[in-house]
Amino acid sequence: MRQTIYMMAINEALTQEMERDPTVFIAGEDVGQHPAFGITLGLRAKFGPERVVDTPISETAILGLAVGAAAAGLRPVAEIMFMDFLGVCLDQIINQMAKMRYMFGGKARLPIVVRAACGGGYRLAAQHSQSLEALLCHIPGLKVVMPATPYDAKGLLISSIRDDNPVIFLEHKKCYTMPGEVPEEPYEVPLGVAEVRRPGSDVTIVATSYMVHEALRAADQLAQQGIEAEVIDPRTVSPLDMDTILASVRKTHRVVVVHEAVKFCGIGGEIAAQIAEDAFSSLEAAPVRVGAPFCPVPFSPPLEDAYLPNAQKIVDAVLPMTPAKV
Amino acid sequence: MDIPKDNLVQMYEAMVTIRQFEEGVAKLMRDAKIPGVAHLYAGEEAVGVGVCSLLTKDDYIASTHRGHGHLIAKGGDPKGMYAELLGRSPGYCHGKGGSMHIADLDLGMLGANGIVGAGAPIAVGAAFAARYKGSSAVAVCFFGDGATNEGAFHEAVNLAALLKLPVIFVCENNLYGEWTRQDRHQTVRDVAERAEAYNMPGIIVDGMDILAVRQTVGQAIERARRGDGPSLVECKTYRFFDHQGVGDGAADRPAEEMAEWKARDPIPRFRSYLIETETLTEAEAAQIEQRVATRIEGAIAFAEAAPFPTPDDLLTDVYA
Repeated sequence: MRQTIYMMAINEALTQEMERDPTVFIAGEDVGQHPAFGITLGLRAKFGPERVVDTPISETAILGLAVGAAAAGLRPVAEIMFMDFLGVCLDQIINQMAKMRYMFGGKARLPIVVRAACGGGYRLAAQHSQSLEALLCHIPGLKVVMPATPYDAKGLLISSIRDDNPVIFLEHKKCYTMPGEVPEEPYEVPLGVAEVRRPGSDVTIVATSYMVHEALRAADQLAQQGIEAEVIDPRTVSPLDMDTILASVRKTHRVVVVHEAVKFCGIGGEIAAQIAEDAFSSLEAAPVRVGAPFCPVPFSPPLEDAYLPNAQKIVDAVLPMTPAKV
Repeated sequence: MDIPKDNLVQMYEAMVTIRQFEEGVAKLMRDAKIPGVAHLYAGEEAVGVGVCSLLTKDDYIASTHRGHGHLIAKGGDPKGMYAELLGRSPGYCHGKGGSMHIADLDLGMLGANGIVGAGAPIAVGAAFAARYKGSSAVAVCFFGDGATNEGAFHEAVNLAALLKLPVIFVCENNLYGEWTRQDRHQTVRDVAERAEAYNMPGIIVDGMDILAVRQTVGQAIERARRGDGPSLVECKTYRFFDHQGVGDGAADRPAEEMAEWKARDPIPRFRSYLIETETLTEAEAAQIEQRVATRIEGAIAFAEAAPFPTPDDLLTDVYA
């Protein structure tokens, strides 16, 4: 199959959906003239400035534009360059797009995608490195998508654009240049369906976004010690495919949940709680969470490296809960 | 100005409908029949009706927390509105929105909004969609003096000006942001001055004079439909009730000020004009008022008899 990188997979999804559906348009800071991460490169030349709209640095106006345009029948894809900037425009997410359908008794349809880059590792410090998905998952009316691979980035974005609900689509910066198999033709990866990235029998590792790759590295290390980890990538954190996670935990009896966001009040707590509620009798060890410590993302390389979860921290979490293999 | 007689009569009927609707709401609130809060529009009828008398249902309006008048002016049905305010199933939002979220997208009414200033960027989005689809529709954004201190307002006005979108920003300056008088919440006296910062026309009009509102906003709408971009029209007006609820707001507003503005009530003023110009006779005007009273009475009776939603409805319409 054709190989491409995650960011090109996103570019291709946008291109193909804009070709398919004339109501799809893009708006954001520098999306046309000088795309910050290069994701929308070439789209303005192809579709024109009416469909690839360069906006001022006005995140509230960008999202309000999306809400109003969606309510009036278009299918906007808004870009918020770094998800940290959602802090500037949360009202349009929390109080407007997430709630209009419900508040209006089902009469509004708001097919909006908000794309934003998340995650650390680039020494961008506290305001350009966050993983704030738990904040968004707490809001009914939103869907929250976190693709880890180029294949999922394309298929999940196409599904998100075709979805009639507001979808927050979080792209991890560390994934942008990752290669992978991506079909050239358009395809959908359904929202709310997890993927088993690696089968295993001894422990379940649920990992989101870039942490999927760290979890797979951890699984390789564990395998050398005779521990077979099953790695599950939820792919969308809201809706969350608990069925796949619970089925795995009932098989392995142990679970570690991993995300880059701070551990406290993270999505890992929700997953662990649901496992405790629904599969308690299957558990042979308490569920364990791996996440960032409770502090802002630091700048200095040794500090950021200490902050970010990684394969070693996952291994360290798994070993104490798994019986020694001979 | 040549406004056809039918239109003038419709405008009068719409103003009377809003006033009587809000008086009906006040009575229901006094009787503790309306759950939660409501912000009444009485006093500001000339703005909502003056503006919406120039719009079709293809045009959009974004409303505020004080939204009942806007919906009625855009053609909303008092039955569905009362039912919504009473939290009943046949309400506009099936009882899930209430006063602060009343909406009718089929009429281009993008919703009352509980967040001050939030409607401005949404109106810009609707105007963007209108132009994108090649329609000549415009979007009107209603907002108060208080909303012009919100970042959302400034971001929206700037973007609309930059993209030359067909938006008319209609400020209902009722002199108070909630309970804070304008001179205590901003240093400009005329909100219209703020238009200059965005290189768009900023016009002040007597918001108690429906014909003046209609004429001024009409020019802004024409400009928008021509593709010449947005305008800001500031309508100087006054709310007759308190910010919220059925009080008169006398705790925060000087008695002379209230008396002065009530003397400029837009409804008797327009009624006198219609009679002086022989557009209506006294009897015809009274007939309209009676017809509206009957309609409002029927709408309240309908709403009070309507069923509440059931817990089965709780989780519907969270997602499409």
